[in-house]
Amino acid sequence: MEDEKSFTDLCGGRLALQRRYYSPYCREFCLSCPRLSLRSLTAVTCAVWLVAYGLFSLFENSMILSAAIFITLLGLLGYLHFVKIDQETLLIIGSLGIQMTSYYASGKESTTFIEMGKVKDIVINEAIYMQKVIYYLCILLKDPVEPHRISQVVPVFQSAKPRLDCLIEVYRSCQEILAHQKATPTSP
Amino acid sequence: MPSRPCPRPRPRCSQPRGGSTSQPALSFPSRAPGMMLKAFFPTCCASADSGLLVGRWVPEQSSAVVLAVVHFPFIPIQVKRLLAQVQQASRVGVTVLGTWCHHQQEPEEGLGHFLEGLSAIFTHEPWLQLCREKASRAWSCRATHHQVPATPGTPSEDQVMLIFYDQRKVLLSWLHPPAVLPDQQAGDATASAGGLAAVFDTVAQSEVLFCGDRYDEGPVRLSHWQSEGVEGSILVELAKWASGPLCLLLASLLSLVSAAGTCWLWRLWPLPFIGSKLSTCEQLRHRLEQLTLVFSTEKAQSPSELMRKANTLISVLMDVILGLLLLSWLHGNNRIGQLADALVPVADRVAEELQHLLQWLMGAPAGLKMNRALDQVLGRFFLYHIHLWISYIHLMSPFIERILWHVGLSACLGLTVALSILSDIVALLTFHIYCFYVYGARLYCLKIYGLSSLWRLFRGKKWNVLRQRVDSCSYDLDQLFIGTLLFTILVFLLPTTALYYLVFTLLRLLVVTVQGLIHLLVDLINSLPLYSLGLRLCRPYRLAAGVKFRVLEHKAGRPLCLLMQINPLPYSRVAHTYRLPSCGCPPKHSWGSLCRKLFFGELIYPWRQRGEKQD
Repeated sequence: MEDEKSFTDLCGGRLALQRRYYSPYCREFCLSCPRLSLRSLTAVTCAVWLVAYGLFSLFENSMILSAAIFITLLGLLGYLHFVKIDQETLLIIGSLGIQMTSYYASGKESTTFIEMGKVKDIVINEAIYMQKVIYYLCILLKDPVEPHRISQVVPVFQSAKPRLDCLIEVYRSCQEILAHQKATPTSP
Repeated sequence: MPSRPCPRPRPRCSQPRGGSTSQPALSFPSRAPGMMLKAFFPTCCASADSGLLVGRWVPEQSSAVVLAVVHFPFIPIQVKRLLAQVQQASRVGVTVLGTWCHHQQEPEEGLGHFLEGLSAIFTHEPWLQLCREKASRAWSCRATHHQVPATPGTPSEDQVMLIFYDQRKVLLSWLHPPAVLPDQQAGDATASAGGLAAVFDTVAQSEVLFCGDRYDEGPVRLSHWQSEGVEGSILVELAKWASGPLCLLLASLLSLVSAAGTCWLWRLWPLPFIGSKLSTCEQLRHRLEQLTLVFSTEKAQSPSELMRKANTLISVLMDVILGLLLLSWLHGNNRIGQLADALVPVADRVAEELQHLLQWLMGAPAGLKMNRALDQVLGRFFLYHIHLWISYIHLMSPFIERILWHVGLSACLGLTVALSILSDIVALLTFHIYCFYVYGARLYCLKIYGLSSLWRLFRGKKWNVLRQRVDSCSYDLDQLFIGTLLFTILVFLLPTTALYYLVFTLLRLLVVTVQGLIHLLVDLINSLPLYSLGLRLCRPYRLAAGVKFRVLEHKAGRPLCLLMQINPLPYSRVAHTYRLPSCGCPPKHSWGSLCRKLFFGELIYPWRQRGEKQD
């Protein structure tokens, strides 16, 4: 079962949350970030070329222009492959684990899987950033040595940065599965 | 999902369950469903004929790892015997987990009864029944408990989740758990590694089960990843066969070389002193150690040792190839001659520039007014040294080409050796700068210590060596008088000494930077794990950071099907985990301590060779 809702992120951009319910204990949430805008791309390219032409008129060396081409191309490729994230997915499978995937604009996928035995809880944390109060969803990991201590906090949806209303939806769904997970004991 | 438990197994295992198949997916059933069971099924067995499922049951994670399928016809006694053999050989608890039926067309009534009867012969709790229809490609699986449950009300049937995995890739991959926290022991991390590490271990240790293929005439017919034919490569087998005597030969050669290296002749002074200062000797020693490790005749105990041997071998080979390329470039076109012809004028030019610098210092450098007498003394002292150095260079100039030619031959030992020799040549050619730096630093250091001690006297204090602190002290009048006089003299001579010290320290730092860059390059070539990086590029499933799941099928009424794939290790972690130890130690000074040493005039040694004592 699939449904889609639209939210806003911290900076005011549009986000689309896609929820897929595969089974009562397996759910997936996909957040699509705003795409690379043509306006900003044109602005950066124009700025680089203005500087290149300025230097060229000063030094009369055509290598500057070739270098500017290379820098623009490599910079764009590097940005698309390493920086720009198109979509972020959270797949929660009861009694198996939680998987977070980031899809970059160039098609690269980066996945992290956390086993359910290591997950203590999923919470919404509050943070003060400069003059803003922001909320973020994070996974608390158990300390292997001492089960009551928290060893690590893993934030989710770091580049999409959704607001509280979107986070509450995701939080409620995840808590249903986690509560069910805690209710049934592991087999003897 | 059924809303009530089934008390007994059904006669036909491929029929869809009775009751409503569609249910609102957002709400759970009114009572808690059974425990979640995970069945790991190899993708190679998905098209196999019907039979028995053989594998390992992990009760802590409630997961069943299926390793192979035993086909009909079989004799139960022989199956049990085979499993006992495998259990003894691999120390993995391999048992019969359940049944597998792959329907070609209509499901057969007789097969269903037969499969049910098997659960009485091979008892296992819980008993898995996996089923696949060829036409509709639909999967179904059930897990039933035959024993009466301890608490009434718990269902005797569990929900099952099917996870497909590629057996070959899981067998060959090494799992790298995430970085251990500094306050944990490494043993703790592996013990609590979790359920997926158990799956990997099970498959990796059950290699003995995958030895036969379907062309073998054994009593039992198995289906697994190697059942189409055991994997092998002629080159690998030949290499393994040849490596034994080759290793023996090379190990004996290397032991001869190292025995010659520890001969008593090398202990005569001043050879050990020179040997410890030259970075070439250090590099050669390091390479010898590495080669001894690679060609040792003991087998590697763990995968990390094997990786280290492979990395070292590839790194040495790459080094030698680059060195030979450099050699061919140097010896072609008479470049050695050109280099030798250029060397003496360059040294002359450097000495001339130093002389100009000293003349400038002896005048009024940057408008500062120096103490004339001290200035002249220091200036003439250093000028004489430069004159000596120039005459020495001119004495050596006829032999330079020969020396360079023979030194260039050493590049066949590797690029790192050639770079170390370059660094040593730079050090030798700038030896006069080093001497000037030492003179200037010692003079400045003496001055600073004298000044601080006399400043304490000026204020009526003294340094208490016993208590390591400053104490007050009453001085006699003549002590005070001489002390103040000396203090004044030293203060007024300070700018001159400080300026000479500054100039020569800057020159020395420049030389040290150049040498440091060369050493950085040598370290990089020494420690880069080329084999691991190549493996990560070509066979990414061998180095696994973890796993990732993909949902394959999620129709209501059917079990959830997931595909488990290997998540490869990122390149940065590969380079960090498998980097080889390099010979030089990194500089231990922080920027703060370096500045402090420079201010007080203490001599700085930017890198220490191993085992060298402080001067």
